[in-house]
Amino acid sequence: MLRYLAARIGLIVPTFFGIIFLTFILIRLVPGDPVEVRLGERGIEPERHAALLRQMGLDKPLAEQFLGYVAGVLRGDLGVSFSTQQPVLREFMSLFPATIELTFCAVLLGVLIGIPAGILAGMKRGSLYDHLMMTASLTGYSMPIFWWGLLLILTFSVNLHWTPVSGRIDLSYFVDSVTGFMTIDALLSDERGAFRSAIMHLMLPTIVLATLPLAVIARMTRSAMLEVLGENYIRTARAKGLSALRVVNLHALRNALIPIVTVIGLQIGVLLGGAIITETIFSWPGIGKWLVEAIARRDYPVLQGGVLIIASLVMLVNLIVDVAYGLLNPRIRHGR
Amino acid sequence: MKAIFFRTAAAAALAVAMTSGALAKTMTYCSEGSPENFNPQINTTGPSLSAAHPVFNRLVEFERDSTKLRPGLAESWEISADGLTYTFRLRKNAKFHARNDFKPTRSFTADDVIATFDRMWRKDHPYHQVSGGAYDYFNDMGFHTLLKSITKVDDNTLRVELTKPDATFLASLAMTFASIHSKEYMDAMLKAGTPEKVDQVPVGTGPFMFVDYKKDATIRYTVNPDYFNGKQPIDRLVYAITPDAAVRMARVQAGECLLAPYPSPADLPRLKGDAKLNVMEREGLNVGYLAFNTSKKPFDDKRVRHAVSMAIDRDAIVKAVFRGTGIVAANPIPPTIWAYNETLKPYPYDVEKAKALLKEAGVGELSVDLWAMPVQRPYNPDARKMAEMMQADLAKVGIKAEIKSYEWGEYRKRLQAGEHTLGQYGWIGDNGDPDNFMNVLLSCSTARQGGQNIARWCSKEYSDLVEQAKFITDTAKRTELYRKAQEVFHAEAPWLPIAHGIVYHVASKKVKNYQIHPLGTPIFEGVDIDE
Repeated sequence: MLRYLAARIGLIVPTFFGIIFLTFILIRLVPGDPVEVRLGERGIEPERHAALLRQMGLDKPLAEQFLGYVAGVLRGDLGVSFSTQQPVLREFMSLFPATIELTFCAVLLGVLIGIPAGILAGMKRGSLYDHLMMTASLTGYSMPIFWWGLLLILTFSVNLHWTPVSGRIDLSYFVDSVTGFMTIDALLSDERGAFRSAIMHLMLPTIVLATLPLAVIARMTRSAMLEVLGENYIRTARAKGLSALRVVNLHALRNALIPIVTVIGLQIGVLLGGAIITETIFSWPGIGKWLVEAIARRDYPVLQGGVLIIASLVMLVNLIVDVAYGLLNPRIRHGR
Repeated sequence: MKAIFFRTAAAAALAVAMTSGALAKTMTYCSEGSPENFNPQINTTGPSLSAAHPVFNRLVEFERDSTKLRPGLAESWEISADGLTYTFRLRKNAKFHARNDFKPTRSFTADDVIATFDRMWRKDHPYHQVSGGAYDYFNDMGFHTLLKSITKVDDNTLRVELTKPDATFLASLAMTFASIHSKEYMDAMLKAGTPEKVDQVPVGTGPFMFVDYKKDATIRYTVNPDYFNGKQPIDRLVYAITPDAAVRMARVQAGECLLAPYPSPADLPRLKGDAKLNVMEREGLNVGYLAFNTSKKPFDDKRVRHAVSMAIDRDAIVKAVFRGTGIVAANPIPPTIWAYNETLKPYPYDVEKAKALLKEAGVGELSVDLWAMPVQRPYNPDARKMAEMMQADLAKVGIKAEIKSYEWGEYRKRLQAGEHTLGQYGWIGDNGDPDNFMNVLLSCSTARQGGQNIARWCSKEYSDLVEQAKFITDTAKRTELYRKAQEVFHAEAPWLPIAHGIVYHVASKKVKNYQIHPLGTPIFEGVDIDE
């Protein structure tokens, strides 16, 4: 197991440096510099333009800028945002809990509904339920998120008044940021009703963000189940007279889990990078919106730092998934 | 440590708001974007200026509903006969906000004004380089060359000397970038080794005190009980950052916000039909135009410029591109500016007359480049579509137009270098003064490489009028000069003024006394809520 882990970690190091290099180069290939893009119609005198670029350290040769950046990263210094003048890491840490909170809820919803729905569809292949589930998941898979989010808002928030429109908590609450997770902070605060408000605010964004993972997980579970249910050992288990539930739980599901865990891991990776559209629709202060705005502002340090942290987290999640494979399936662990 | 400071400061500030005993009146504003920081000296974006505005005052202020000036931290002022010396009498009763880590020991004085401007002006000022040190507005409004000296006569008298007379100086002083900071606070933060806090936790004399900012989510303020203009009717002010226009409107409809700016045109009919809402509109301080490069043939001939002006159907453009959020422009300044000449009307859409004029000017087959802006602006929501409509109209009079576009920085640079023949552009006013449009965009001094006069049009008659108007301070005389200059502009047609964008804000009917300011900054002083 240790050798397996060491090999996986060994792969991470070159990937990490590759990402540093790519983000550094790619953002600089986008036309326009951080000074130019913030200007309106007035423009700027060339001397002042040069002076501002110098202040940001952008007048130095690219190689020198890159080496300075790498040295900073190795020291744990990701630089300072050009637009807010705040350390990138501090900005990231202030926004990331919101992204994690939403990601966690969306994945949880996707797993709690997607896996049972997929198992049932797999077990009842060709039935009305199977067809309905497949149609629903295809719809979820191809639904434009923007349209879906606004539809839910107009129906449940504006017309029915069941849920709030957007934000993380009702504006009348004053909840101190202790952990950054609004649900936990609301519980810790002594404001009555704050926790309920935080939960209500999570509902629509969770549903919207969970739609795609739910569809993917359900479809993957169904096909993995179908494959496993056709195996000889399942027939043997059935022949032994085990109940359908035991056959599924003990024999089928565990063996079908590998592709399902892979898909869940990939979905977490995608969602941790920020769900730009969901965050924008629900005014959710997360990472996705922050990064997209940084592209528009050519805020190089924010983009480089933000992408690097997220990429590192995705690599970590992948590592955990790889380890989970090993735990679920000893053949992978032992390289057989 | 920082978190503890924030929590304590926030709790203390809220406690102040709640001490009145009555239920707190909270004004909720769904703003369109996040601020970069809370110091208007160092940023130029709308959300940043709007976020700083409630905390500060300026020496002179704009009226709540217009760009007319009224006393602010200066109670009165005198201008010397040569227009070079301004003497301001300052308020004695303006107090800076107290916070947990800063308790002001004195009221506002001339020292605060000097420290505020020295930061932007003097390169050796200890704050000059803090938070990036880019003072765009200070430089753009020409203060770095206009100011000669700022001296304290006594605590409540300030003398400012200029290098040349400039009638727009007072209007520029009312801009948000000229907000007055506390010298004591600046000194205290410098001593504590945290000068950047001045830009993130603002301390001013304004009607609302900053409480806290949750990045990309909310900004909270509480009422300043010691405000020199009297305590405000509302107790708390909350900005809920909501970037998506449709969601902002849904929040107002659901009652989560009491006020939100900039609805999408498509939502306007639905919002106007909602009995609980008040849809407010106002012509913005902007102009979108098509500049004729008068240094290129045949656009050096005003008959050709007139012909193109008549060939383009601006009513159709405004209808299709602005969808009700714009009005056809006749002049280079919008009607909200006091010197607007309402007797001048837009050139009529007349294809036959346009053809006749082209014939008269000897123009046969003509191919031109038509530049479409790559960005969406309040004065031009869809430049590509606008260019396509212009292209179709020009084809009807025998002009073949090829649409060109570049990335925004490149577009601006090339346009200012005069590479275009017909170029879309526009302007958003800074201080509501006609000079800010008419001199900056059209005088001979700016008809140069890198200058703002992208029509490269130089009329001595026009330039003399606007230059003269800049150096006198009598508004009636200035109005007369600008009205005449607009007549010259109309007759010469260096641009085809296309439209002025209309700004919409949507409020709950509970909101009282709110008006859209022409400069776009929401002003909450005097605003009340019906409970």
